[in-house]
Amino acid sequence: MKILVAVKRVIDYNVQIRVKEDGSGVVTDNVKMSTNPPDDNAIEEAVKIKEAGKASEIIAVTVGEEKAQETVRKALAVGADRGIHVKVDSILEPLAVSKILKKIVEKENPDLVFMGKQAIDDDCNQTGQMLAAHLNWPQATFASKIEVKENSLKVTREVDEGLETIEVNTPAIVTCDLRLNEPRYASLPNIMKAKKKPIEQINASDLGVDTNPRIEHIKIEEPPKRKAGIKVASVEELVQKLKNEAKVI
Amino acid sequence: MSREVMEYDVVIVGGGPSGLSTAIKLKQLNPDINVCLLEKASEIGAHILSGNVFETRALDELLPNWKDLNPPIKTKVSKEKFLFLGKTKKISWPTWLLPKVQQNHNNYIISLANLCRWLAEQAENLGVEIFPGFPASEVLYNEDGSVKGVATQDMGLDKEGNKKDSYEPGMELHAKVTVFAEGCRGHLGKELIKKFDLDKGKDPQQYGIGFKEIWELKEENHDEGLVMHTAGWPLDNNTYGGSFVYHAENKQIFLGYVIGLDYKNPHLSPFDEFQKFKTHPAIRSILEGGKRISYGARALIEGGFQSLPKMFMPGALLVGCDAGTLNMPKIKGSHTAMKSGMIAAETIIDHIKSSKELSYYEEKFKKSWVYKELYEARNVKPSFSWGLILGIIFTGIDQILFKGRLPFTLKHKHADHETLKPASEMPKIDYPKPDNVITFDKTSSVYLTGTNHAENQPVHLQLKDKDLPIKYTLGKYDEPAQRYCPVGVYEIQKENDVEKFVINSQNCIHCKTCDIKEPSQNITWVTPEGGGGPKYGNM
Repeated sequence: MKILVAVKRVIDYNVQIRVKEDGSGVVTDNVKMSTNPPDDNAIEEAVKIKEAGKASEIIAVTVGEEKAQETVRKALAVGADRGIHVKVDSILEPLAVSKILKKIVEKENPDLVFMGKQAIDDDCNQTGQMLAAHLNWPQATFASKIEVKENSLKVTREVDEGLETIEVNTPAIVTCDLRLNEPRYASLPNIMKAKKKPIEQINASDLGVDTNPRIEHIKIEEPPKRKAGIKVASVEELVQKLKNEAKVI
Repeated sequence: MSREVMEYDVVIVGGGPSGLSTAIKLKQLNPDINVCLLEKASEIGAHILSGNVFETRALDELLPNWKDLNPPIKTKVSKEKFLFLGKTKKISWPTWLLPKVQQNHNNYIISLANLCRWLAEQAENLGVEIFPGFPASEVLYNEDGSVKGVATQDMGLDKEGNKKDSYEPGMELHAKVTVFAEGCRGHLGKELIKKFDLDKGKDPQQYGIGFKEIWELKEENHDEGLVMHTAGWPLDNNTYGGSFVYHAENKQIFLGYVIGLDYKNPHLSPFDEFQKFKTHPAIRSILEGGKRISYGARALIEGGFQSLPKMFMPGALLVGCDAGTLNMPKIKGSHTAMKSGMIAAETIIDHIKSSKELSYYEEKFKKSWVYKELYEARNVKPSFSWGLILGIIFTGIDQILFKGRLPFTLKHKHADHETLKPASEMPKIDYPKPDNVITFDKTSSVYLTGTNHAENQPVHLQLKDKDLPIKYTLGKYDEPAQRYCPVGVYEIQKENDVEKFVINSQNCIHCKTCDIKEPSQNITWVTPEGGGGPKYGNM
């Protein structure tokens, strides 16, 4: 069984995001970038399945600018076998990414496609679902537990009501939740070995996919600052304020 | 469990200006040499914090064509100001009356973090293997006592030191020569200086704590290329320190404050002095309408010539501020750190090729311009132990009339941890509350550093005696760790009338101030899990 895992390069989750003064986007120059955290869970799960003898090959794929390769290199350091980097320099929307991934799936014929449930930069939560539609494959989103069976997967999903367990036939798309597993560290020897693993570079234009954005960004701005709280002297005052000032009761 | 071993010709610990310059020079002199560089930050530059007005002298020698390589060195210093601040007044000191070492034309306003990122690219192009996110946590020794290399930190240990599922053992890196380039108060450097008695006969090392904020200013308040320094308010005559305000590109200023860690009053809070400084009319008027976008702090070396330890030992060298090559009156250490690394590289090449002794490093260093600079600068810092006014008068005579060649050398008498007076003998200081416009608290500041350490790992700020803070330091010094730590790692909390010393180590920004200033030297800074610590951008 072959598993394709999609990974995305995003601003590190510890970094405080700063909006550009002209409202055209967020500052990324000299900002620490990392792999989108739930994508790390996706890679980890694929590696675990391979370690359990149920998968034969893991391919890590990313779509983005030259430096997006770093995320593939990291995936290789924790257990992916080879990488693919689809080079696109412009702004990417989930629709374009899902179309590119479809081309990669057609080329590689994996049995499973894993990715994070959403990216922490745009929070779209669309790419996996769109890819499933393009391929007409079953999808299991927000996976917090995956059991590999013959020709199917039993997947526990994190849904609003609690946990939902479904079974999907393979080939299938699975988007991974942070609760799925604890990603391992890349060890120094494995990072050294990963430097020698192959990463195939493909230009998005060669795949014949239109990557032009469909959404026009009018303005990006910071959320309004939260006002400082106040202390009330009594329950009466609180009720007063909730009634008359906040008008919520 | 035995650790994996890798053999290199040279292992460098630390990816700052000295370590990266060592790596580049080694590869320039011998492209076949294997060089590995370890960095504790999650990427090169993420733990680098510096003013920085950059003198290109060392870079001119290291990469003569640097201007063609698209370096992040863009803003030339165009104007200079020096102000003495009183509580509300200011006196502008004419630039021509400043000692030559404090004149900055021909220098550039840069972000040292970005310069390091760029140097790392140059090094990688030459074939240096750079591994960010891997702190060297331990020095390894050969049977004859010489340095064999270093081991990287184990990953995936829990609070108690037990192995988690994600446990990855560290790795041993053995080298013909190991270069320690950890910067000021490197924790392995500290061990080596002690073990090999490298500071024998030297004055105790002197340190400062430096704060830096980046502000985006209103257009009309910005003057690209302007370099301004201040002395005086809010510090009293007996506390050594001053500010810098550098007008960089993109309407940004690099605003900072440095305070000597030889201060005596345990009630003093370096962080709050810095915040207070910004409320001076001369500074507030620059900041008004602007926005703070970054914050950070780092200890720096101030001891200079008198405190410079021996920089070689069997199997290893110290470079940059792991030894202490910063030029204090110049307020610059990047060029001297780089040059020390380049001299180390030349020494190592000769050592590997023709077994020339590593002690040759010090001979070469003594013949270099770095040594001359440090020698001429040597009397400035100790003269300020007489107070700001006498210090300035002496420095004028020493630096302007005698150009640092007075026939005597003043001594640094005390280590910084010895200078605090009991809290009961010193005045309490009342710091104004932050207004969240010009001045801020530690909580909102630490947020801007991007610092984090994975939860459930061993605390990397270790107490030799865990009862000492409450039993002794609190009573005698009102536990100054609450104040000298720039991000509020240390707190005294009261629970059911019982006082507790709390260490919020996940907030640590690796400045090393606690390791330096703790009066009983009770706190030891060790490396946390790789990749932890601040994530500085353009610092």
